Amino acid sequence: MQWLRLICLAALCSALPARAAPAGDPFNSPLWPNMHKLMLGGGKVVFDPKVKVTIPERVEDGHFVPVTVDARELGEVRELVLFADYNPIPRALRYQPLAAQPRLSVAMRVNQATPIRAAALDGKGVWHVSGQWLDAPGGGCALPSQTRSTTDWNSLLGRVSGRAWREDGALRVRLGVMHPMDTGLVSNVARFNIEQLDIRDADNRLLARLETDASLAENPLFTLHLRPTPTPLLRASSQDNDGNHYTATLPLAP
Amino acid sequence: MPTLRLCLAWCALLLAPLAAALELRPQAIAPDTWMLEADTGYFTPQNGGFLVNMAFIATDEGVVVIGSGPSRQFGERYRKLIEDTTGKRVLEVIITHKHPDHFLGNQAFRDVPIRADAKTTAMIKAEGEGLAENLYRLVGDGMRGTEALAPTAPLNLGVRNIGGHRLEFIAVPGHTQSDIAVFDHTTGVLFAIDQVFNQRTPTLPNADLAQWRQSLAQLAAVPFKLLVPGHGPVSRDATPIAATRDYLDWLDATLRDAAERGLAPTEAMLLPIPERFAHWGEARAEWRRSIGFMYGRYERAALPWLTPPR
Ligand SMILES: [Zn+2]
Repeated sequence: MQWLRLICLAALCSALPARAAPAGDPFNSPLWPNMHKLMLGGGKVVFDPKVKVTIPERVEDGHFVPVTVDARELGEVRELVLFADYNPIPRALRYQPLAAQPRLSVAMRVNQATPIRAAALDGKGVWHVSGQWLDAPGGGCALPSQTRSTTDWNSLLGRVSGRAWREDGALRVRLGVMHPMDTGLVSNVARFNIEQLDIRDADNRLLARLETDASLAENPLFTLHLRPTPTPLLRASSQDNDGNHYTATLPLAP
Repeated sequence: MPTLRLCLAWCALLLAPLAAALELRPQAIAPDTWMLEADTGYFTPQNGGFLVNMAFIATDEGVVVIGSGPSRQFGERYRKLIEDTTGKRVLEVIITHKHPDHFLGNQAFRDVPIRADAKTTAMIKAEGEGLAENLYRLVGDGMRGTEALAPTAPLNLGVRNIGGHRLEFIAVPGHTQSDIAVFDHTTGVLFAIDQVFNQRTPTLPNADLAQWRQSLAQLAAVPFKLLVPGHGPVSRDATPIAATRDYLDWLDATLRDAAERGLAPTEAMLLPIPERFAHWGEARAEWRRSIGFMYGRYERAALPWLTPPR
């Protein structure tokens, strides 16, 4: 699958001739100008350590790279984008926290050593970008996952699990959706991934929205932190690129 | 020529740990019995991937070798060392489980039976190359010429009398899907290998904690005089067995508690490690690795399904 990755990167590079992207990329990544354009729409950027990205210091399985992003220090955050420069599908997700804190945990796939970056859009329309260098063993995106063939997708596809915890000043929510999140980069398996996950309250008010990509790990599990809400339950609804809808209700203990 | 001298000094410095770490010095631990005690760190080019204790028993029929080492190069040196130390030929090699640093030296012993139980042999055949890959990446040059050669002969459980030694092969799964311990009734030495870690944090890529705990209980009941763990020094009593058990219990309880509190893996990785384990080799690194291997199961168990199966 090496060639596929090369084609992906070549396409990225040629489609978008490097323009003046904000200088000072701490990783000096040659792909940063393209990331700036593709991920952040070429918007105003500052590199800002107030956005915290936490990953393991060493990773042995490129199929599962846990990441935590925390941009609470910025105050108001409209959007969070998580991406990896060298991934064939760089973006893992875009998060609109709405009624949630600007932080989350997920796991993504990584194909080779790459910066893992998070960008947080503040109230003034400025992207605050930070990241961690991940020295990966490779083989996350372009290799079939170990469980792809052994999971009984007939009964499990789209099955939702979840639980909520009341913490100081926040409602910790973990939501998992059983889904292969196929990248389309493995031979004979078309891209098949969850594209959106919404969380609403009992009155169907949107509390948080995630746009997700196939570079998230299989069976994605999201850890979100909602601001305290009186709603007795949460509604989760998601859809994949095949038009399947998955919905679930998570009751909240008072 | 200050530059050249500096360069030479620098090169010597680089090479020194390589030579020192790879100086293989067998310790006589019991009659006819030797062991090579390994580094308790992690795979590096300096240690050549030699991280697991190796042992051999010189019987009247020839030498029984437990584990062949992490590479072809290591295996070749190890075999010569065995023959020089004992003055005897190698009779057979016992592969206790599927981890690559225990069998990648097999090429050096291909003219004698290399024994493993059917399950381990099947797993090495199916996964050998993949298991070796990680070592190639971490150890680099020292792995040159190494291929995953699968065991060539069966290993039956129970007692076999070999050249005046009464050797018992005991199934003690849990560290992997299949692990074999060797008890020499003649000398009282129990080769527990990777079922028991002494002062080094256990590695859990293929662990089944329930089975492992059962196997530790079984090992503790063996009337041994000397215990050879997979990592760390030998022991005259069952302290390392109890300590390994203690660690597995702590890990199990801590992962369950973390999942019940809703911690993400990155948060669980930062949890404190108790004093009694924190000074063991690779404590933080193995904790982090174990979360990668095992935490998913605990998370799964702590999150109720919100929708029925399709
Ligand atoms: Zn092992």
